[in-house]
Amino acid sequence: MPAIIEVQNVSKSYWRDSFEVPVLNGITFSVPEGEFLGLMGPSGSGKTTVLNLIAGIDKPNGGSITVAETNIAALSESQLAKWRSTHVGFIFQFYNLLPVLTAYENVELPLLLTSLSKTDRRKHVEAALSVVGLSDRMDHYPKQLSGGQEQRVAIARAIATDPTILVADEPTGDLDKNSAEEILTLLERLNKEFKKTIVMVTHDPRAAERAHVVRHLDKGELK
Amino acid sequence: MKVLKLMLKNALRHKLRTTLTILGIAIAVVAFGFLRTVVTAWYAGVEASAANRLVTRNSVSFIFPLPYSYRDRIARIPGVETVSFASWFGGVYIDKNQFFARMAVDAQTILDAYPEFRVPPDQLEAFLKERNACIVGADLARQYGFKLGDVIPMDGDIYPGKWEFVVRAIYQPRDEKIDGTQFFFHWTYLDERMKANTPARAGEVGWYIIKIADPVDAASISSQIDEMFANSRAETKTETEAAFQQSFIQGTSLIINLFNFISFVIIGIIMLVLGNTMIMSARERTKEYAVLKTLGFSAKHLVGLIAGESVIISALAGGLGLLLTYPVVGAFSLVVPKSWFPVFYIEPSTIVLAGTAALAVGIAASFFPIQRALRTSIVDGLRFVG
Repeated sequence: MPAIIEVQNVSKSYWRDSFEVPVLNGITFSVPEGEFLGLMGPSGSGKTTVLNLIAGIDKPNGGSITVAETNIAALSESQLAKWRSTHVGFIFQFYNLLPVLTAYENVELPLLLTSLSKTDRRKHVEAALSVVGLSDRMDHYPKQLSGGQEQRVAIARAIATDPTILVADEPTGDLDKNSAEEILTLLERLNKEFKKTIVMVTHDPRAAERAHVVRHLDKGELK
Repeated sequence: MKVLKLMLKNALRHKLRTTLTILGIAIAVVAFGFLRTVVTAWYAGVEASAANRLVTRNSVSFIFPLPYSYRDRIARIPGVETVSFASWFGGVYIDKNQFFARMAVDAQTILDAYPEFRVPPDQLEAFLKERNACIVGADLARQYGFKLGDVIPMDGDIYPGKWEFVVRAIYQPRDEKIDGTQFFFHWTYLDERMKANTPARAGEVGWYIIKIADPVDAASISSQIDEMFANSRAETKTETEAAFQQSFIQGTSLIINLFNFISFVIIGIIMLVLGNTMIMSARERTKEYAVLKTLGFSAKHLVGLIAGESVIISALAGGLGLLLTYPVVGAFSLVVPKSWFPVFYIEPSTIVLAGTAALAVGIAASFFPIQRALRTSIVDGLRFVG
């Protein structure tokens, strides 16, 4: 399989007050299309930073990141925003659904940025909610759903636009064991049935077991 | 689901806070509209002035009279169409608190000079026939219950004695900008009493009202009149009616300027109230804005979302405020004697100004929240704990 994500000699550091804190020290790796990659490592190792860089919500200090043949490190903010809307589905640890919107409306959000008609948007939303098994909860607000259901709505939102890659930051970190299993099974299914390339950051070894490949980050270096 | 729906839902997310903000702004809009209406009412005389009317008064002061004999000399100046005149009568009706303008006028010409006071022909005929007849404004008639044929007794102060006037006509103001609380009677009635009781004060008028054919000639005709009576025992000062009216309110200009200033301070208060609400709302939603950016929403979308929410709140508040302004101004005009503010109504410009100010404030109040939302990186936004 050709690589859909190529990370070349990427470094990243943050400024905390007047101190520069290095996070990544020239890491290089690639992810083939259809891969389910697990990234593990201790807190502060740079896992989430790698995920953010791949998803185009942060920029590296050096190196290049190519996703679906686009060097996203060279894109402007507005170009990146447009790129994210078509290429990336982001799944957060704490779901990050908008509380004032129903499950249906939350899933429809990224589709508002497309040129789809209202009817086509409805088809996409219903299909996405059907994949995550929440067709009967589309009019529910986040506060009316359990944690696992909220995460499933968040996954439906992530896949609604049929993005090139899915990135998941500790997707089971806030869930009980059963809900976590459901979410991992769902991610596995998205990878196997729908051929989605997934990059997942996790602390949980059980979650990592579901990935095809697990890479470890430690002190900004990939092992 | 449209972005507008999201704006609406965001605006109503904290119902109590939004309600209090809307009420606060609405009250400020009412105060703004009310103050502007007071300012407008103050300038009503100036606003209602006709461009083709000049006023000639004694150059020393308005309270010094002019000879009646000036009338024919002024009338001979080319460009002058009508010369009318009036004298301030003063007087006391019921008690000194019952104030309204009472003037002795040239009965034959006053309505030619002031066509905005409309009198039915039969009433005008009755007024002209009777020496102690008077014309009252429709608002004044409503206030005191005057009817045709009523006798109005007055005690003279500037012109001492007991006076009685019979209501023979009621004028209707041409529109709401025109004072409907005036009281006119025959100058000849006044002059006869002066001839009989105080001959030294006979043959005097307060001021002349000169209707000219072309407003362009106002300056030259004014000069001609004043030059005509230069070095006489009663030198004149002629000016446009607007300037004449302006001179009456000049003494109160500080108060009016203060009213104006306060009305614009109120706009500042509206902005602070809304700005505070928007800053709180945007701060609470820092993480949501980061999520929206992650999904691909651009800076343009966030600007629309935040400014839209702010404008929705300001529009609701502005609309409510404007709706409330009408009953408040209406109640004020009922409570306060009509003669204090003869012309008291909400000008369309006040509505436009208040509405525009509310909307502009809505946009301005969203400036800092927008700046904050745009400056916060997605990574920092996602980490934000409110």
